[in-house]
Amino acid sequence: KCPGRLADYASAYVHRRIPGGPGKLTLLCDANTDGSFLVHHFLSFYLKANCKVCFVALIQSFSHYNIVGQKLGVSLTVARECGQLVFLEGLKSSVDVFFRAQAEPHPLQFLREANAENLQPLYEFVREALKPVDDGEAAWRCPVLLVDDLSVLLSLGMGAVAVLDFIHYCRATVCWERKGNIVALVHDSGDTEDEENNILLNGLSHQSHLILRAEGLATGFCRDVHGQLRILWRTPSQPTTQRDQSLTYQYKIQDKSVSFFAKGMSPAVL
Amino acid sequence: MAAVATCGTGAGSTGSVVAAGSKNHVTSFQRRGPRASGSDSSYSRLVSIAGTRPSVRNGQLLVSTGLPALDQLLGGGLAVGTVLLIEEDKYNIYSSLLFKYFLAEGIINGHTLLVASAKEDPADILQELPAPLLDDNFKKDFDEEACNHKTAESNIKMKIAWRYQLLPKMEAGPVSSSRFGHYYDASKKMPQELIEASKWHGFFFPEKSSSTLNIEPCSLTHGYIKLLQFIQNIIYEEGFDGSNPQKKQKNILRIGIQNLGSPLWGDDICCTENGNSHSLTKFLYVLRGLLRTSLSACMITMPTHLIQNKAIISRVTNLSDTVVGLESFIGSERETNPLYKDYHGLIHIRQIPRLNNLIYDVSDVKDLAFKLKRKLFTIEGWRGRSFPNLKI
Repeated sequence: KCPGRLADYASAYVHRRIPGGPGKLTLLCDANTDGSFLVHHFLSFYLKANCKVCFVALIQSFSHYNIVGQKLGVSLTVARECGQLVFLEGLKSSVDVFFRAQAEPHPLQFLREANAENLQPLYEFVREALKPVDDGEAAWRCPVLLVDDLSVLLSLGMGAVAVLDFIHYCRATVCWERKGNIVALVHDSGDTEDEENNILLNGLSHQSHLILRAEGLATGFCRDVHGQLRILWRTPSQPTTQRDQSLTYQYKIQDKSVSFFAKGMSPAVL
Repeated sequence: MAAVATCGTGAGSTGSVVAAGSKNHVTSFQRRGPRASGSDSSYSRLVSIAGTRPSVRNGQLLVSTGLPALDQLLGGGLAVGTVLLIEEDKYNIYSSLLFKYFLAEGIINGHTLLVASAKEDPADILQELPAPLLDDNFKKDFDEEACNHKTAESNIKMKIAWRYQLLPKMEAGPVSSSRFGHYYDASKKMPQELIEASKWHGFFFPEKSSSTLNIEPCSLTHGYIKLLQFIQNIIYEEGFDGSNPQKKQKNILRIGIQNLGSPLWGDDICCTENGNSHSLTKFLYVLRGLLRTSLSACMITMPTHLIQNKAIISRVTNLSDTVVGLESFIGSERETNPLYKDYHGLIHIRQIPRLNNLIYDVSDVKDLAFKLKRKLFTIEGWRGRSFPNLKI
């Protein structure tokens, strides 16, 4: 298999597997490297596939995703204007929430609170964003929730359990009720003893159907190989009589794409 | 974000940067997409703000850190709207120096400064700023050396842009200089008249700590809340976020925060492992939100070597854009090690942001050492690998 557009292959797999069944939870994870290229990929993938996307973008600004999106062939501005994309810009909203008391519940209102118990307002936001359109004909294909990233919620004072609950509620609505998909990024903090993050990562790993894990190379920085991508297909609901499938590729990120190759087969080496 | 986007073809068209390289119009990029401040018509004014230039990689507006060597390592400079986190060296000697270079660069470029400290009065910090190097001959020699250097990874287009930038454009006084990035003499002080002519705001925590809070307690320490309010107030009042129709701001706000996270700010993460684990990270998040929506750039120095809970350091890194660590040799066994005798410490580029891009410029040189010698702070690739020492 020549994995020219491997992540597309992986994404298509998610859709092909059980048509009509409940949607899937895909976990993106990065360890010792920056896995944001996966987020950009899935965003453009689902927009091109005509899905309705709710993007909870906590870590960068709208214009950042938009500019990269344009390189990948989608316009977030257009998608947002025509209602295909609902975009929560965390950084900008946090300023609004923090400095000005809001009249109505705001998805990020836990920023103002000393001990926020849960992420219910954020869940309500997602549910509202992805609710079915009233006019009979489905303008968009399945709904998708994309989160970049969940680890930052821990930095903002939420516990791992609260974040897991949030995903649980979203799965019930997005995956089961609406047959949509969820894609979320969590950092793997490695050996930095981040207990809360480990709980979150392990908890989500068990619930996910597909895990894409970007890892920095053990040998350190290399110009031609930026890292390694492990793809793990799981069937969380079934007992593990069937072995989980996994594949490992190395990758190099380029200006407008990512190229994948088998280990040791980087064009620079051959 | 003060992003300067191109139409369609992406930032690959660096040809247009060089071609339109006249003094007033550094680039012929078309602006696209939502932007922090002002309307379409203020675009050309945005690009010609003193002390800024667009990145050749992604059009992002950059300011100099005050150390041209560091600018080059960071891909051209510090992007407007982002945070540069400096992990302090053990005795806060060199990190404090970098902090001063950053502020001095702001004064030379006429930027507005916001200096926050819990240890020193900002007015005193400004008195200690290094003087800009005006010795034309010295600078010319230095520039030629830097121009002749070739890195293994040199992108031809980058080289052209750099050479253009490094061409000596010597003018009579430093304030009217149009170059990007200046050199400073660490042994002399910034002239008093330049400090007085500059616009700056100081936040000295001991003076502000007594006033009351008008925001409900939200797990941030008192000091961080007050600092955030102060910064937000300046940004709003002076129009750096473009929301105030009375004020059309055409300048950059340089924010410098010293020793963030130290006990002097009321935070206990440097004292105990079970300290308030969310205060600092929440502060950084909201700060970054303020930066992304205004024409500002921020340098923070943080005594990360004192933070007890390692998880916090990793979270802080994820919440910062650029992270540089300084490790001085003072008091360590390396001080007397003959291998290191020419240097004062190591500089680690821990993180560089990928802004508006899937990729970023990464220097091939990973081991970098610095030294403060003959009045200048220089950074060199060390352990002389297969390519010659990178003298920047």
